[in-house]
Amino acid sequence: MLDTLIPLAVDGLASAALIFFVAVGLTLVFSVLRVLNVAHGSFYSIGAYVAASIGLWIAGAGLNPWLSFPALILSAAIVAALFGPLVESCLMRWTYGKSEAIQILVTFGLFLILEDLQRIVFGVSSLAEDTPMQLLGSTRIGGVVYLNYQLLLIALAALVVIGLRVLLTKTRTGRLVTAVVADREMAQSIGINTNRVFILSFSLGVFLAALGGALATPTAGAAPGLGAETMVLAFAVAAIGGLGQIEGAALAAIIVGLARVLAIYFAPELDAVAPYIVMLVVLLIRPYGLFGQAATRRI
Amino acid sequence: MRAALFLIALVVLALAPVAAPWLQFVLTLAIAKGFAALGVAVLLRGGLISIGHAMFYAVSAYAIAFLARAGVNEFVLLLLLGTLASTVAGLVVGAFMVRYRAIFFAMLNLAMSMVLYALISKLYGITGGTDGMRLAVPSFFGVTLDKARFDTALYYAGIVLMVGVGYGVQRYLASPLGHALSAVHTNELRLEYLGVPVRIVLLIAYTISAALAGIGGAIAAMAIGHILPEFAFWTASGHLVLVAVLGGIGGVAGPFIGSLFLEVLHTVAVGVTDAWNLIIGVALIGVIFFLPSGLYGLIRRRSGEPA
Amino acid sequence: MTTPLLQAKDLRIAFYGVKAADGVNLEIREGEFLAIIGPNGSGKTTFLNLCTGYLRPSSGEVYLDGKPITAMAPRTIARRGIARAFQIPQLFLDQTVLDNLMIAVAAKRGIWVPFKALGAQGRRQDAEELLALVGLDREAKQLAGTLPEGRRKLLDIVIALALKPRLVLLDEPTSGVSTIERFTLMETLMGALRQAKVTALFVEHDMDVVQRYADRVVVWDSGSVMAEGPPSEIFKDERVLRNVVGVA
Repeated sequence: MLDTLIPLAVDGLASAALIFFVAVGLTLVFSVLRVLNVAHGSFYSIGAYVAASIGLWIAGAGLNPWLSFPALILSAAIVAALFGPLVESCLMRWTYGKSEAIQILVTFGLFLILEDLQRIVFGVSSLAEDTPMQLLGSTRIGGVVYLNYQLLLIALAALVVIGLRVLLTKTRTGRLVTAVVADREMAQSIGINTNRVFILSFSLGVFLAALGGALATPTAGAAPGLGAETMVLAFAVAAIGGLGQIEGAALAAIIVGLARVLAIYFAPELDAVAPYIVMLVVLLIRPYGLFGQAATRRI
Repeated sequence: MRAALFLIALVVLALAPVAAPWLQFVLTLAIAKGFAALGVAVLLRGGLISIGHAMFYAVSAYAIAFLARAGVNEFVLLLLLGTLASTVAGLVVGAFMVRYRAIFFAMLNLAMSMVLYALISKLYGITGGTDGMRLAVPSFFGVTLDKARFDTALYYAGIVLMVGVGYGVQRYLASPLGHALSAVHTNELRLEYLGVPVRIVLLIAYTISAALAGIGGAIAAMAIGHILPEFAFWTASGHLVLVAVLGGIGGVAGPFIGSLFLEVLHTVAVGVTDAWNLIIGVALIGVIFFLPSGLYGLIRRRSGEPA
Repeated sequence: MTTPLLQAKDLRIAFYGVKAADGVNLEIREGEFLAIIGPNGSGKTTFLNLCTGYLRPSSGEVYLDGKPITAMAPRTIARRGIARAFQIPQLFLDQTVLDNLMIAVAAKRGIWVPFKALGAQGRRQDAEELLALVGLDREAKQLAGTLPEGRRKLLDIVIALALKPRLVLLDEPTSGVSTIERFTLMETLMGALRQAKVTALFVEHDMDVVQRYADRVVVWDSGSVMAEGPPSEIFKDERVLRNVVGVA
């Protein structure tokens, strides 16, 4: 029993790690920019395609296969550098202070654009490059076989949680970001360059999403339609955890990851639906998510 | 002045297939999507954006496919029952949805539509999965027709529905209930303090919007004859949102005007490019940047009324 | 001894350690104009929020006609006869003044009318009468958002009156209104209230207004009632003069 449950748990945690990267990027961007970017999932799928393409190129060019690891991080960085500042300054910035309807429509328009861009550049076929997973192999602990790559994913996710918390509380940039989150106008009036904070935060969000996609390629590959699937899943996780809550996103990702593998094990047709059932249940009990906060008094 | 424009438009629509037969299918589909977009527009009145409304379009279409498989094969019955299915779905989903606003509402609708899409695609045994389901040509008010004649009958029935249902929706929006819907968007707090249960006002609107999408889905199902999971896909919802925004939320005619415009554009564009989503995305952003009142607002402004 | 119209018993609520209501005991009798005065931050608006269901007290009860309304939602309390006007006018800014009132009238009479026009079934007449009552009829076709502050305040109040309430709670009705307009506003308002036989509670900072229009004054301090009585007595009370009014 245990030797079926533990690999399942590892599976669940590994997929939780991947969805955590996207969800935490989404929640971070929401918390700083106060905009929920409906196109966020596209950065995941573009990251996946870029990573798979680079990976395939590395394999095809006969280069050292261990390069595929830094290639994954590099893919995410490329996507962030390409889209982060551009999208933030041209599109997102225009929506600040405007009605939420405009924010939703603009980011939704962006979603449609990115979806077709991805299709035009990368085509409609799926790409897969599993070198990193193969390289790491597996370990056997106490009669159970673990994919080392999955363990790496879990470790990376934990690193990101700690890293983000340290970044926000201990570094100067992080504290600027916290100030902007707390009170944007106040931050501006004491001289903080909010534009730079916005670009940085948004690009970090894009990076995290693309990183999720890149890291997912060795096990899942890149396929069309990934953008939308990931978007709603990332939203579900961010909503369960509470929008703007980093640790909330981590906890929610774990819950959702485990729920998914349980579904795959017991009721496979429901595996796509499981995260949303969890979301439904959580939101019915706590409408703002596990760690979310209601808005402050207006009158 | 506007009444004259309206009559001219109706006459043009009625005669269009005579002039260019290929237009009939395009226009039928435009009317179908126009209904669904009208549903989105009704919700927009209350400040709510549904980016998953294609799910109700799909529910009606699939309901009709199931009914046809079960032997129901009459146009009126299929239309009514398909719409009923969407209406009930709207009531059930809406009961949960109306607790939320803004982005949460939008995303929850998107999520629900994608779940439906996933379920439809996976349950091959019931829904035919990605192959979809086929629909035989229904009888029209008891009369058995061949495909071509049925399509024509469907088209004119669509025009009649558009005018009739459109009028009903217009009365709704001008009524106290319709004004309460706008009031939710403008100042929900005030409305609560006036003793109005806001959630019920929104639920009624949501159910109506689902019913409208259901009418559209029914017409589309019978026009195309082949029902696919794509009916529920998020890009289909995106198309509806663009039409609603393009048509402007000023009136009932707006979404139909927007839909006709876009459907004709699509037919032309398909021959030239593959990047239809890209075009829609750019158009959506463009309309918001430059034409906040949409096409309908443009018409209203020209005839001298405030947008 | 008749039951008071509204009664607050030992209301308590705290925000982040600050006791916004610290054992509030207050009665409002039918037909009276009660003024609440007190320094900023002493919990006056919190009290209004507690009475209208916007906030739930941590302990204590609110009674309307002797029946508890403490845990009810704002819309239920509104239906029971308590209407509220706000410090910052809560209007339907993108609708006309007349539309604002017609929506209020429809809300009172029944909003569940799906096909008749907004102004039909006598709603328009009722709305126009209400506007005439407070002198807003000239601005009927103007968008509420284009009104100056004083007129917005008045519109906010008459929207509350559309509910034909038994008790209306006014949160600083003259704030934001120039000193000259204050008199006109209050005369119009008080006349309308007396005519409609509505009990009123108003939070005020303008002592001249309080002195002239209140039947009874309640002095608020640090989350509870410090003193109460007719204006003539209150404005002679040393503590009140020191803490609230400010004596030169």
